[in-house]
Amino acid sequence: MGGLPAGPVERGEHDEARSYADWERRVDAMAVLMAAHHITVDERRRHIEQLPPEAYDRMSYYERWIVSLTQAMIQRGVITTDELGRKMEEVRKRG
Amino acid sequence: MRETGNYQPYSYFQLMEVSLRELLVAKGLITEEQVSREVQAMRGRTPERGARVVARAWVDPEFKRRLLANGSAACEELGLELPALKLVAVENTAKVHNVIVCTLCSCYPRMLLGIPPHWYKSRNYRSRTVREPRAVLSEFGLDLSQEIKIRVHDSTADMRYLVLPMRPAGTEGWSEAKLASIVSRDCMIGVATPKALPAPTAP
Amino acid sequence: MVEARFQPGDRVTVRNTAPLGHIRTPFYIRGHSGTIERLCGRFPNPEELAQMRDGLPALPLYRVRFLQREVWPDYRGSADDVLEVEIFQHWLE
Repeated sequence: MGGLPAGPVERGEHDEARSYADWERRVDAMAVLMAAHHITVDERRRHIEQLPPEAYDRMSYYERWIVSLTQAMIQRGVITTDELGRKMEEVRKRG
Repeated sequence: MRETGNYQPYSYFQLMEVSLRELLVAKGLITEEQVSREVQAMRGRTPERGARVVARAWVDPEFKRRLLANGSAACEELGLELPALKLVAVENTAKVHNVIVCTLCSCYPRMLLGIPPHWYKSRNYRSRTVREPRAVLSEFGLDLSQEIKIRVHDSTADMRYLVLPMRPAGTEGWSEAKLASIVSRDCMIGVATPKALPAPTAP
Repeated sequence: MVEARFQPGDRVTVRNTAPLGHIRTPFYIRGHSGTIERLCGRFPNPEELAQMRDGLPALPLYRVRFLQREVWPDYRGSADDVLEVEIFQHWLE
């Protein structure tokens, strides 16, 4: 997106690295760990690029990355859509 | 690993993170301990690491020469473990100012500087820095004369970048630790320059 | 090993094509000409890595320097301001 018109760069108060939530840090951690299983950053970037434009804009940085990592796992057959769905249901119920 | 603090239901994406993690653990691809260790390791990577490299380059011209020739190798001399980082250090001078951006995503020397700031990943920074760097720098409070040439580095592939800022006047005789204390993350991205006003706790 | 066709100082032009898939050559630089600043090394092709292939053989990656005033028609900075971008050999001619 280099060179496209855009607005001023906002630097909020919550600029510091410590403002990242634990779940976001775990997304980064899982991405690093999965690199040992040959899930490259290039593959994860492709999944980000394949997000529909509206979704890209609506989602935060780490929301995009967890979706991208999960898509990569599904595409590779490491997990299935069904497994993910059942697990998400289970986690939601237990809270 | 449930969030501590006030109860809030998981967002869809937090649900996905927990679920993916539990599935990967169940399948033996990762362990919870590995995740915790990696999170800790990442917390330990702060801009102070980069600041040490800059301070060393300021006091040791031969180190600086090696840093500019091979960024990763020079950092490793200081005992900084930088797995897979291919670092290019670019030097600010009286005539040249460098600034780093990744227009395609948010490539950043994380192993050296930690997690990038939110603004570095923003659409606005990524779109405008390649095209109107002086306007962007001005918004950061850095107004550079036309006599100074600006080099914008778009981190598009495998290299990662560290700006080696100019050592400010008024720092003669300072220890490396004191010098490092005035080198902020923003100076090493190129949107700020260091000032000879050390943090109160520096020796 | 894939031969490095270019040397620092060589004048090169970025190919102006827009195929599908993951590409690390930014749109804004395609079609523009610049000079080779350095050979960074050889790296697996990210276009292939993105598709779960090994990206081998590793391809020469260069840093290419462009004059800002030649890239952006409305550029208002110094005439010497430059933009340096990493570009894989197969995108350069």
